[in-house]
Amino acid sequence: MEIFGVPLQALLGQIMLGLVNGSFYAVLSLGLAIIFGLLRIVNFAHGAFFMAGAFVAFMAGRYLGIGYWPALVIAPLVVGILGILFERFALRRIYRLDPLYGLLLTFGLVLVLEGGFRVAFGSSGQAYPTPPELRGAWNLGFMVLPIYRAFVIAIAVVACAVTWIVIEKTRIGAHLRAATEKSELTQAFGINVPILLTLTYGAGVALAGFAGVLAAPIQHVNPSMGSDLVIVVFAIVVIGGLGSLLGSAITGLGLGIVEGLTKVFYSEGSTTVVFLVMALVLLVRPAGLFGREET
Amino acid sequence: MTKAFGISVAAAFSLAFGATGASAQISGDVVRIGVLADMSGIYSDLSGKGAVEAVKMAVEDFGGTVHGKKIDVVFADHLNKADVGAAKAREWFDTGGVDMINDLANSGVARAVAAVAKEKKRHIIVNGASNMGITNELCSPYAIHYAYDAYSLAHGTGKAVVDAGGKTWFFLTVDFAFGIGLEQQVSNVVRDNKGRVVGAARHPLGTTDFSSYILQAQASKAEIIGIASTGADAVNAIRAAAEFGATKNQKLAALLLWIEDVHALGLPAAQGLMLTNAWYWDMNDETRKFAQRFFDRVGKMPNMAQAADYSSTMFYLNAVKAAGTDDPDKVSAKMREMTVSDMFTKEGKVRVDGRFVHDMYLWQVKTPAESKKPWDYLKPVSTIPAAQAFQPLSESKCYLVPKN
Repeated sequence: MEIFGVPLQALLGQIMLGLVNGSFYAVLSLGLAIIFGLLRIVNFAHGAFFMAGAFVAFMAGRYLGIGYWPALVIAPLVVGILGILFERFALRRIYRLDPLYGLLLTFGLVLVLEGGFRVAFGSSGQAYPTPPELRGAWNLGFMVLPIYRAFVIAIAVVACAVTWIVIEKTRIGAHLRAATEKSELTQAFGINVPILLTLTYGAGVALAGFAGVLAAPIQHVNPSMGSDLVIVVFAIVVIGGLGSLLGSAITGLGLGIVEGLTKVFYSEGSTTVVFLVMALVLLVRPAGLFGREET
Repeated sequence: MTKAFGISVAAAFSLAFGATGASAQISGDVVRIGVLADMSGIYSDLSGKGAVEAVKMAVEDFGGTVHGKKIDVVFADHLNKADVGAAKAREWFDTGGVDMINDLANSGVARAVAAVAKEKKRHIIVNGASNMGITNELCSPYAIHYAYDAYSLAHGTGKAVVDAGGKTWFFLTVDFAFGIGLEQQVSNVVRDNKGRVVGAARHPLGTTDFSSYILQAQASKAEIIGIASTGADAVNAIRAAAEFGATKNQKLAALLLWIEDVHALGLPAAQGLMLTNAWYWDMNDETRKFAQRFFDRVGKMPNMAQAADYSSTMFYLNAVKAAGTDDPDKVSAKMREMTVSDMFTKEGKVRVDGRFVHDMYLWQVKTPAESKKPWDYLKPVSTIPAAQAFQPLSESKCYLVPKN
């Protein structure tokens, strides 16, 4: 059976791969959406923190002999702490200014981080082995699915769900949401708003670092792995609706599939299709698919 | 009186000599070499800092001066963008006093700069790019294509794979001048040997996720997956092929692999791959000596383009020395008379279309057990003699080639 000249099997395979990519997009865009939604910072450095996560995992393995599973916890922590330091010593100073300053500042951080890793490790990239437990592949009949990629989909869905629950259903999430809506009033209730914001930024970039560790065995660990991704992720956040968590997670998965299918039917267009979708969505729903129009 | 006369004659003599020397010989009283490389992008390990150091080493070994004038090296990052490269070349030629531009990794950039060089009548030596246009439609007396090209890769690795029985091909091609040109050349070789190209997937430069393309290659059922890309792209493609089990029923043909790519892949993943290179650091004492000096400065072994950067800079400076001037036309004529015998090649020669002809080599990546020391990666398979390694002059589209 063929659809538009492409065998159904190949098509199913591409949809599966789209889901894998989509799960990266989802985890990354979730972090971006949290940071934008709560701090109103356009965090251009998100891709660089993603890359840093992969590099921390790689360095932990090479220099300290720390394997994949501990790295899955350690790398996001290290990246989160980096993020917290950056928030406290740099970002905090510009909260009151135009969001454009935040964009420029974070973009500067991207250049510094990428340049630093490039000088230290070169541009060809460093190999990161797949953990032994997840090596091999399943033959699904329509495609060979590496076990590790299936694992990535599963863990990404869990990460998205946990993040959503924390923000929407817990007390600390409620404090956060309150702090961003009415920060002075929240402070008057005895809640330490600046610390909340710092932790939020740290948690957002830790998610990016987490995605970086997940990506390390799939992609080569290299300095530009984040900047390739971050533009797409921004588009996803815009399509999903700025600040909407559900929107970014669902759009992330959906666009992964759209992109995968474009690679089959017209592979030259695979890098632009996301922006085509973005333009179309913004024409119809300027606030994005799941966004609320601000009044 | 006689003494004063003698001095004034001597002074006049030397003045006359010095004056003609300065005005007629070396423009701007300096020979300036520009290294236009990828300093920060996906190809910066293959060209980049190593290319700049290689050129500097050549200038130092040459003695730092020619005809008493200083030799200067400048470098810039073309960012893998043809317009940036062309603008930089224009600036260098117009106001920077640059006499020759070297390296030029990235075929799109090399093509754009070749057009500028033709217009400005200044020298370029292409070592980092493979595009056949340099010695065909874009050729000029000032452009030399030195290290390798798509034809030599196709007739090295491509031919070897076809000869070994790989008759049906599917290409994973990086979507710009380099990949498309390489795909064309290899397709010609495949068809000439009664093989068949069943399809191709074009991917953007700097693709990190090759899974979709690998799936397409698997669905094509081709015997050979031809990887018409290089650097990190080729590394990622090879890794993805292994991950998705494509290497079980199909074979990979990486059409341009560099020593750095093998290093990045690691021998367990790269072992057995064939590759065509003009040069390898562990060929003989001369190459090892150069490689060790390079290693001490750069921290990794040189690749063929970097070795060629060194060799071609030396070649250019020797031509300036022999011509007695840096006048582009005279140097160009000199370069077509001289031969090159150094650590890069023996009896290499520039043809009228600008192609530098020399032996090429087919290599195979060693197994982890065969590798005895760091960077010990390749074992020789065969030599492709200069006469067969490059496009015959009769097929060249260069206007400089005499038509009969």
